[in-house]
Amino acid sequence: MILGRVVGNIVATRKDPRLEGFKLLVVKPVAPDGKEESGYVIAVDTVQAGNRELVIVVSGSSARMADGCKDKPVDASIVGIVDSVRLDER
Amino acid sequence: MQIGKVVGCVWATVKNPSLEGQRLLIVQPLTPELQDTGKQLICADATGAGAGELIYWCRGKEASFPFLPAEVPTEATIVGIIDQVRRC
Repeated sequence: MILGRVVGNIVATRKDPRLEGFKLLVVKPVAPDGKEESGYVIAVDTVQAGNRELVIVVSGSSARMADGCKDKPVDASIVGIVDSVRLDER
Repeated sequence: MQIGKVVGCVWATVKNPSLEGQRLLIVQPLTPELQDTGKQLICADATGAGAGELIYWCRGKEASFPFLPAEVPTEATIVGIIDQVRRC
């Protein structure tokens, strides 16, 4: 799983019928120390995340295991809204 | 599976119900020589690992198998705590 920041959303009228009713958000990956990383991912939102929120994104076939995503054509899901991140001194 | 070190943790109150009760730890992947390699990631914990511990973790769909029959949406899970790495 990775951390990410919600930076936008996707509107699609024509899509796979199994994706109907899902909210699709654009997520920018973020390192645990808060630095934004390159690239974007489009993720299905299962927790009602909002704009600029820090979220947990699960990718790959495990994304389908999130409640509500079973048997859907999905490879990235937002499964949590982050309250806080603790990084230990190394 | 890969070697890693627990370097932190993540709290999330609002989460997918299937992730309820899981500890989410930040893991730094390591080489067999215990040097940092690659990006840090968030792992679910199947072993009760603690801060600073040397662990091994697996990725992919298999990462959810330790929690069966519950279907936990995780693609990286800590599956063991390492006592010793011996290189021949």
